[in-house]
Amino acid sequence: MIRQENCKIVSNRPIADNIFELVLEGELSAEMAQSGQFVHVKVADGFDPLLRRPISIASINDGSFTIIYRRQGKGTSLLADKSIGISVDVLGPLGNGFPADEAKPGQTAVLVGGGVGVPPMYELAKQLARKGVNVISIIGFQSSNAVFYEKELAEFGEVYVATVDGSYGRKGFVTDILDGLEGQADIVFACGPTPMLRAIENGAYAPKTYLSLEERMGCGIGACFACVCHTKDDPQGFSYKKVCSDGPVFQAGEVVI
Amino acid sequence: MSSLSIQLPGLNLKNPVMPASGCFGFGREFSQLYDLSGLGAIMIKATTPEPRFGNPTPRVAETPGGMLNAIGLQNPGLEKVFNEELPWLEQFDVPIMANIAGSTEDDYVKVAEQLSKAPNVHALELNISCPNVKTGGIAFGTDPEMAKALTRKVKEVSEVPVYVKLSPNVSDIVKIARAVEEGGADGLTMINTLLGMRIDLMTGQPILANKTGGLSGPSVKPVAIRMIYEVSQRVSIPIIGMGGIQSAEDVIEFFLAGASAAAVGTQNFVDPFICPKIIEELPEMLAKMGADHISELTGRSWKKNERLAYYRP
Repeated sequence: MIRQENCKIVSNRPIADNIFELVLEGELSAEMAQSGQFVHVKVADGFDPLLRRPISIASINDGSFTIIYRRQGKGTSLLADKSIGISVDVLGPLGNGFPADEAKPGQTAVLVGGGVGVPPMYELAKQLARKGVNVISIIGFQSSNAVFYEKELAEFGEVYVATVDGSYGRKGFVTDILDGLEGQADIVFACGPTPMLRAIENGAYAPKTYLSLEERMGCGIGACFACVCHTKDDPQGFSYKKVCSDGPVFQAGEVVI
Repeated sequence: MSSLSIQLPGLNLKNPVMPASGCFGFGREFSQLYDLSGLGAIMIKATTPEPRFGNPTPRVAETPGGMLNAIGLQNPGLEKVFNEELPWLEQFDVPIMANIAGSTEDDYVKVAEQLSKAPNVHALELNISCPNVKTGGIAFGTDPEMAKALTRKVKEVSEVPVYVKLSPNVSDIVKIARAVEEGGADGLTMINTLLGMRIDLMTGQPILANKTGGLSGPSVKPVAIRMIYEVSQRVSIPIIGMGGIQSAEDVIEFFLAGASAAAVGTQNFVDPFICPKIIEELPEMLAKMGADHISELTGRSWKKNERLAYYRP
């Protein structure tokens, strides 16, 4: 169930260049089930910024949860300035996350995260490893100072890192590493920038692929129609999906990305 | 009688608070959060004869104290709204105000004729003020003669009272208001969004795919208050006020300006529980205003020989 709660900040610390890990205490963590779901965060009490900020859940803990965000605009800068003990107005959990049950014990799941698309992969890796799925994580960043969660993901399986400038891990894109794993993946789960998702969809690296989309959102609950996309079977027509409430996770081939 | 109940043409309201059209879909999402029967009414999303996908994304952009939207009247079309959305809403004890839109006069007439027959539609809201579609919408709302003619046509076929939603994007809103009153409008809803734009410094281009969009949120409230203050003194039909309402205090301010009920739009996106919160807070606000019934406050800012309204915290 969706709840609105003032969640207390347990920690809010930089873990890479302009990347912050925020741990919030709240009963709504009990409502969180799937990785890939997100929370809608009100970063300021007043009118500016007015709207909430959608941030994906990185880890569901007992009585708390972790989100990771990039300090980029006015809203996320305000969030980064908040200190321990302060309460933050959170709405969530929202959306439909990654269907972990689609990966069977003994199968191999490849988790692909690009930039701030990495966080949901942590909770997913945790859930998959717990049920006996082999987890391989591939995470991509612009450069070495942006890399995070390599060690954390390594708790659950092999981790490959790619950086665009080659300053850490392998030079290139996550798809370059995926190309090298040919045939190993029974299922691929991915979250990251749209061009990355498109490349993964086109690459058809596994029999089943699930992608988490990003779009500018208004309400986050499916009421405002800001974040709609066309469906693949009717790309010019009237049928649509809302990224916030039908997604943000879709099976590859379901919607036009 | 409750201090909040209001009688308006076609509408028996338990309280004067309703979600504004386009900010509440057809109620399905919010029904998961609270009981919709507690609302005064629901203004459902604009319906056109045919289904519409709307504009490309990005469709929203944030502004200081507000937001721009250019959804483009996305809706599932008349048949689906009539056969699926409205019957689904019948489970709630709440009157529906159906927002109708189109590209031509015939479009409006067609939608009005059918939706006004739905048992839970107690009033229509004629959308002649959407700034985000190429044909229809605001084109009818900026020309007094066109607005009057369209109102008359819709009134001829509608089985329920017709409210006209006015655009603030005009030089003289009183003129439009009086024209639609002459055309037979039973009430007014105002204001729709103000046309605006934002440009992305990174690309040098407008953020919205539609380039322009409608500005809403607390930053437009003073414009709405001024327009309701002007219009309510020059027409004799009731006004449902909207534009940046975020609190029970804001609702009171709209009443003082001249509104007889209030609709909440953008704030539903910020706080999905805002309508029930405001409804709960209103009785206490009324007490602080020294009013026994909320209708006493309508137009208090300009009515002569009225007991002065003042706030006693």
